[in-house]
Amino acid sequence: MEKIKVKICCGTSCFVMGASQIQILEIDPPADIKDKIEIEESRCMEHCHTNVSKYNRGPFVEVNGEVIEEANFEKVVNKIREILNKD
Amino acid sequence: MLTPKNNANQMRTRILVKIVEKFLQNRFNDADRIPLELRPKGEPFNRCCIYKDRAILKYRCMAGMGFAPEDEKDELTTLREYGEQAMARTHHAPNKLSVITDACSACIKSRYMVTDACRGCFAQPCKVNCPKQAISIVDGRSHIDETKCIACGRCQEVCPYHAVIRVPIPCEEACPVGAISKDETGKEHIDPEKCIFCGKCLHSCPFGAVVEMSQIVDVLKALNDSDKKVVAMLAPAVIGQFPGTINQLISALKKIGFSDVVEVAVGADITTQNEAAEFVEKMEHGEKLMTTSCCPAYYKAAEVHIPEIKPFVSHTQPPMYYTAELLKKEQPDCIAVFVGPCLAKRIEAERNPNVDYVLTFEEVGAMLVAGGVFVMDCEPQEFTKISCAQGRRFPVSGGVAGAVQSLVEGKADYRPFVINGLNKANIKLLKQYATKGCDYNMIEVMTCEGGCVAGPGCIALAKKAAIMVENYVKEGPNLKDAK
Repeated sequence: MEKIKVKICCGTSCFVMGASQIQILEIDPPADIKDKIEIEESRCMEHCHTNVSKYNRGPFVEVNGEVIEEANFEKVVNKIREILNKD
Repeated sequence: MLTPKNNANQMRTRILVKIVEKFLQNRFNDADRIPLELRPKGEPFNRCCIYKDRAILKYRCMAGMGFAPEDEKDELTTLREYGEQAMARTHHAPNKLSVITDACSACIKSRYMVTDACRGCFAQPCKVNCPKQAISIVDGRSHIDETKCIACGRCQEVCPYHAVIRVPIPCEEACPVGAISKDETGKEHIDPEKCIFCGKCLHSCPFGAVVEMSQIVDVLKALNDSDKKVVAMLAPAVIGQFPGTINQLISALKKIGFSDVVEVAVGADITTQNEAAEFVEKMEHGEKLMTTSCCPAYYKAAEVHIPEIKPFVSHTQPPMYYTAELLKKEQPDCIAVFVGPCLAKRIEAERNPNVDYVLTFEEVGAMLVAGGVFVMDCEPQEFTKISCAQGRRFPVSGGVAGAVQSLVEGKADYRPFVINGLNKANIKLLKQYATKGCDYNMIEVMTCEGGCVAGPGCIALAKKAAIMVENYVKEGPNLKDAK
């Protein structure tokens, strides 16, 4: 099965707003999704430029291309599990 | 500690960003909108209702502007008015950690409870082993009489069904020195005399009820005053706290108004030299033990809570001291802002006339975010003074002991011991070492587990930051060759 692509925005605003902590997925991912994800630390994906609330909606994380606003560990992991359960 | 980043501390970052934003836009003219913008109508809330969320946010904003919520005189004072007061003040009040009473959930008193897993067995080891006869059998099940229970935990140890659980109070559990405790209504309060400013309660409270008083507005005022030169002194733990390189960070900070940026690792090299010399001298004079002194939370803990160890604490000054001294010699008129991972540095700075303000990485991060500065897009610049490997390794556990060792080798017998994260248990150990002696003659104490890279003001994950610090160490020259 193809791995789920998790793209964590590591531009300054997302990093400060909490993307840094979502990086725990690289070090210590939950066992059930461990082998099913591929994580990429991205430069600014410019969601903070296009969103009306700018950086205030960050951090932004893309899971298989779908944007998660105000992302945190829980939201990202839930999204990954949702995709896994669908397949 | 509640990691990874959770709703409570992620909200703290958002609040700081909003405060900088409102300062830059209109000097807090519409600061009263912050709670509404952070908890907009129709969106989910975390406490009982959206209005309580907003009310607590107001108090958290107050702290972000440098006021302690517990000092509130009139509940109707608006955030705009607090903003005006912050703009008008020339000195910020001494820092303290305080509890937002209405956010504190008044967790039940830490105790042992019998759960449904109890089978009312024949052996009744809980009842038999209880030293206070606090356990009786009610409706076929064990019951703990709270008035008799001394919370020794014997019942939990002996129950074959693991039916007894202990319900802790997170903040009291985290506090290494017993500085936070309940009043008669069950709400928590922090005793400023006992508090060592480690920030463990702030990070462990699941209700985000503990706040500290930020100096972010005071620094913003200085940065936006064209008559003032503001210099950032970056703690060695800065490596890995922001995207991009440390050299790019220099110009990023200049974009938000700092006139110059220096590395505290340079001061750490001086600390290493002085502490190594002090150690050799003390051992020659027959002293049995020395401990490090650069962790300000440990320093205060030794002063107030571990008087037995106090005579053994090194007299060498911490890296911030030497860095600020050098800076004020070269630029006497500048405003020196220490930027680090630490809340306790704020009390160290209050005693040091050379340091004007202390910011956390998180606060500087909020300035970069609201200022629209992207570190990775900035031109790299060089520091005027280059730090050595020894000073660069100060922020990880074992770093200070290792640095001193590199200069002591061959001059004295060196038997180091590292306390990685101060807690109730190793405070007892330190007392024992001081009074009864130990196999070691050098003890490094860092209050945060993992070292400064795990400090309460950090942005990055401690594990990742530690790796990046080690890489930066490898690039640094050896202090032994520096002379």
